[in-house]
Parts: sequence; structure tokens; C-alpha cells
Amino acid sequence: MDFWLFRVSMSLILLAAGGLVVFIVKQQKPVFTWSLRLLWIGYICLTFLLLFQYRQMGVAPALTFRTALVFFAWAVLGAYLFLYLKFKLMILGSFIASLAAVLLILSLFITAPEITIHPALKNPWLSLHILTSVLGNGMLSVTFIAALMYLIQERQIKHKQFGSLYKRLPSLETLDNISQYSLIFGFSLLTIGMITGSIYAQSALGTYWQWDSKEVWTLIVWLIYAVLLHERFAVGLRGRKAAWLSILAFLFLIFSFIGVNFWFSDYHRFEKLLRPHLP
Amino acid sequence: MMNAILNIGLNHETAPIEVRECLAKDPRNPVLILNALRQSLLVKESFFLSTCNRVEVLCVTDRPSESEKAVIQLLSDLGGIPQERLDEYLFVHREIDAVRHIFRIASSLDSMVVGEPQILGQMKEAYTLSVAEKTSGVILNRLLHKAFHAAKRVRSETGIADAAVSIAYAAVELAKKIFYDLSDRKVLLIGAGEMAELIARHLLNFGVRSLVVANRTFDKAVRLADFFKGQAVSFEEIGARILEDDIVIASTAAPDYIVTRDLLKGLMRRRRNRPLFFIDIAVPRNVEPEVNEIENVYLYDIDDLKGVVAVNLEQRRSEAIKAERIVDEETMRFGHWLRTLEVVPTIIDLKEKAEKIRNMEMQKSLVHLGAFLPEQLQAVETLTLSITEKILNDPILLLNRKAERPTKDVFLDLTRTLFNLDQDKNEEDENGSQSND
Repeated sequence: MDFWLFRVSMSLILLAAGGLVVFIVKQQKPVFTWSLRLLWIGYICLTFLLLFQYRQMGVAPALTFRTALVFFAWAVLGAYLFLYLKFKLMILGSFIASLAAVLLILSLFITAPEITIHPALKNPWLSLHILTSVLGNGMLSVTFIAALMYLIQERQIKHKQFGSLYKRLPSLETLDNISQYSLIFGFSLLTIGMITGSIYAQSALGTYWQWDSKEVWTLIVWLIYAVLLHERFAVGLRGRKAAWLSILAFLFLIFSFIGVNFWFSDYHRFEKLLRPHLP
Repeated sequence: MMNAILNIGLNHETAPIEVRECLAKDPRNPVLILNALRQSLLVKESFFLSTCNRVEVLCVTDRPSESEKAVIQLLSDLGGIPQERLDEYLFVHREIDAVRHIFRIASSLDSMVVGEPQILGQMKEAYTLSVAEKTSGVILNRLLHKAFHAAKRVRSETGIADAAVSIAYAAVELAKKIFYDLSDRKVLLIGAGEMAELIARHLLNFGVRSLVVANRTFDKAVRLADFFKGQAVSFEEIGARILEDDIVIASTAAPDYIVTRDLLKGLMRRRRNRPLFFIDIAVPRNVEPEVNEIENVYLYDIDDLKGVVAVNLEQRRSEAIKAERIVDEETMRFGHWLRTLEVVPTIIDLKEKAEKIRNMEMQKSLVHLGAFLPEQLQAVETLTLSITEKILNDPILLLNRKAERPTKDVFLDLTRTLFNLDQDKNEEDENGSQSND
């Protein structure tokens, strides 16, 4: 059931991603419509898969690096589909679906160790912490991709050299709006993730904050996003500078998501989570 | 002595905007050039066209190579550009090529935006100046009238004029790529002009609701604002307006920059970095080019818009081919007329015409007069022949006398008009232009 559902959703998402890439080149509306439908179905399948895993394990399925990648892919897609309802931005889907597809393919190459879940992990605060953090990451990935698209489009308009992407990319204003919109959501989710995480830590470890390296890096990420958000609202920072800042913040975010696991060995490390690390 | 038609110029394809600016800077340049050319005594007729996209000297001379040098020297002096540098940008067309080039310009085939309508008006203005300065003569008068005629034909017989809107459309497209929704954007129109108004009208069509007009003469601003159902402001308010407006179209004849980098730097912070889109279609430019380096400010001058419309140009290629054919046709006709401006062909035409009339009248009369004896017939032939010859004798003598004089063209043209020697062609033209109107 588990692997079967994964295969179905992954095939659907890959197909949708392929269709959306074709859409960038061919610009045919039906290609997009059908790809989006596939993406929705794939996304729903993936949601069922995650729900199924959650029921099985009793904790949000992000304890191994492999499941975390799948979870991340789900969050990125969710963020896009959510924003699509508001902005109806088609080309963003091509980038996001490709990113999700890459994450899913990547997860295939990671062997997940046997899972034995410590009872202490079956804490709803932990699941909430994981869910909001990953959803926040998904939203902030959209911010990142919108920022990249902004920089590409801005460059074309500023330097007056129009490539084939000029017609296909949306307006600067739209991209900046999406960036800001997803930033607000992403930042809020990230904040909630940090709060729920510390509540869990308090209940499980007896301390809200323990200067674990992932915590420190996440705090840095949070601070950069906080600065970005503040500048946007207080000073009216926008455009290129805002885009660069959100790209910088996202690189830190990715580092805190992945990098920390490889270079630092603290209790946030994925594989460590599986072993009893509690006193 | 042969008349040569000479055309020296530079345009948006051969010269960058900086060079075009130098020559267009002083509004007195056309008069200065026409006067200088007349005084040089090298050229018999001259015409000078200067727009934001081109500078063209057209002249009729019997000393082409000397005239060419003189014209280049003149342009170099007026523009303050060293001759060696100017040479890179200039093109020279001679004879029938010059005719074709002028016809193509008038038909807007050589325009930056093919099919834009302004050029014809600008040419008519330039021609009026030549007439006022008395520098145009028989050949240029006809050449320009035929150019206007060709332009009219191109406009009515091909779809190329539709391209007129493309530069305006390109500007709107860009605005949409910057702002997406134009409905709550504010547009500031500085100065007036056909192109600027065309862009403004397009922006309004695409949803812009607020338009403000600034002009040196407040009256004109008010009139324009009324026309666009907008608001008029004085020139001094521009700085304050830029705080609020999102799209600025500049097209004044001001010799200096109206909007500078320093002015904007301070404003952008107060605008909270909201994007600002400048469309500068003035030459010389109204907005300092360095403005484009400021974050969230996008400046496009006419040269830049060229890059955007290049795509549209492609689609109109087939219409352009049709238009080129019309121009070729008109060029050929003019070339034919030009050749008749020599003394010998005119005399031949004159004799032929007389002979034709004589023959026709003879045939008509012979029917009524009944049968003649051969001697009688011979006598009538001789009689009619000598009448026509005697009548034509003086005109032909005069033409031969004038053959080496500078006023030759005038007499030739007069003769051709007086005796209606271009009858057939004229009739065609009349019909053509009537059906076009």
C-alpha cells in the first residue's frame, strides 16, 4: 500500500511536471490544464500516502531524510496549489512541479533505515512542529522561486534584452506580490513551527531551547526572513534587493534543512531521531 | 550638364541616438543647412529632413562629388561631430537610389516602426520649409509630390499602416510586464506629440484611469487633458507628480534633461520603491539615461522600443513586400520622368505629339473632304507639316539655347506642362489618387 501509493503519486507528479515544462515551450493552454489536473490528483495521492504513514507511525512522516524529502515535495506542491487559487499563475507551476519531481526522485536514492519509533515521538506537538515547519519551508520555496523568476524577468526588462522567457514570465508586480504573499505565510508557518517545536521540547526534554545546531541555524533563517519582512513593510523594500535577500535566506534555510544533518550531529539529525535520544 | 540627385543622411539604423541627437538639437538647423547649401552654389535644389530618427539631405546638383563633400562638412560642423566619426554613420544614395530612398521614407518603410504615420507629416513640413526658403525646384518639387503620392498609395493599398500602433503597443506591453494591472496606475504625459498621444491613448485603452498632462504652455496642457479626460499640471509640478505616477511619457522639445538621476534618487525612497516606468520618446532625450540604473526604475527611449517591436515587424513582412513593390513602381515612373528632363527627349516628345495631332486631324478631315488627287494630298501634307514645324520652331530653339543653362529644368518642365507631354502618366496618377482618397 505504502510503496504502491508512492509510485502512483510520483508518476502523476512527474507526468504533470513534464507537461508543465512542455507548457513553457509550447504555451498551449490545454497542456497546462491537463498537467494541473494530474498535479492535483498526484498531490491528493501524496496527501493520502502521508496520512497513511502518519496513522501507521503516529508521528508526522519526516523522521528519515527520505520521508522528509517526500514531505517537503508535498509541502512545496501544496504551497503552489494554494497560491494558484489566488494568483492563477501558470508558469510558476512549471518550476514548482519540477522542484517537487526532483525532490521525489532524490528520495528514491536514499535508503531509509528500518523504523522503530520511540513512544516519546508520538507527541502531537512534534507532529505539529514538523507539519508547520515543512509547510513553511514549502511556502518559502515558492518565495525563492518567485524571487528567481523576478530576477530573470527584471534583468530582461532592465537590460532590454528579451529572451524567449520574457513573454512567458509574468509581470514584475505579480512576481513581487507572490514573493511577499508566500513570505508572509511561510514566515508565519516557520514561526509557528519554532513555537510548537519548543513546546514539544519542553514537554519531552524539559527545556524550550537547547542551542542545538539546527535550532541555531533556523533562528538565523528566521531572523533573515524577519529582516526581509520588516524592510518590506516598513521601508517598502521591493524588487531586486528583496529578491536577493529572500534567495539568501532560502539558501540558509536549505542549509538548515539538509546541511546541518551532514556536518553537525545533534538531536535534530534525521537518523538520530530514530534512536532513543532521550534521557 | 547632367543633373544628379544626391541623398546623404543617417538614420536609426546607421547611427546611435547620441549622434542623431547632436544633429537634431538645434531647431534652427534646417534653415541653416538650406541656406548654407544655397549659398555654396554647388547645389541647385535642396531639401533637409530632420526627425528624431533620421537626418536626410536631398539635393540636386551637377557637381555631385563636390556637393557630397560639402554636405558632409556641413553636417559635421552643425552637429559638432568630427568628420571621420560622422562618416561611419552616414549613407549616400545617388540618382534613382536616392529617389527610392526618399519614397521609402515617405511611405514609412524606412521608419523605426514601419508604417508609423508621423514621418509623412514631418516630410511635408520639411518640404514646406524648402519651398519657403526657395531651395526646392522643378525636380525636388516633383520628387516630393511623387513621394507623398507613393506614401498615400502604400497607406491605402497595404496593411502596413497598422504597424503604426506597434510602438505604442510595445510600450503598453512593457508596462504590463512591469505592473500587470494597469487600471490603478497613474500616467504622466510630459509634452505632446503624435507618438506620445498615441501611447497615452493605448494606455487608456488598456485600463489606465488616471492621466495627467504637463506642458510648458499650460493652455496646451489643459487642452490635451480635456481631450484625455485627465488633469493638467504646470511644468514645475513634475517633480511632485512623479511621486505619485507610475508611468511617465516624455516627449518635449526641451534641449536638456527634465528628469535627472539626482531628482529621482530622492523620490524613489519617498515612493517606497514602487516601480516607475519612463517612456522617453523625445530627441534629444528628456530623461537622463542613467536613470535606468536606479532600482525599480525602467527607462525606455525610442531606440529601446525598437528592440521590442522587432518581433511585430516580422509579421508584417508580406505587407512590406507589397509596399516595396509600390515604391519600386513609383520610383520607375519618376526615373522615366527624370530622363525626359533632358532637352533632346523633350524635343522628340514635342515633335511626336505635334505629329500625332497632325495625323489625327488629317485623317478626320480627309473623310469629309472626299477624294484628293495625289498632288493635292501631297500639298495638304506639306501645309500641315509646315504649320506644326513653324509653331514648334521657337520653343525648340529656346530649349536648345537653354540646354547648357542652369534654368534648363524650369523650361523643360514648363514645356512639358504647357504641351501636356506627360499626359498619359498624369491621367493615370489622377485616377490613382482619386480612387485612393
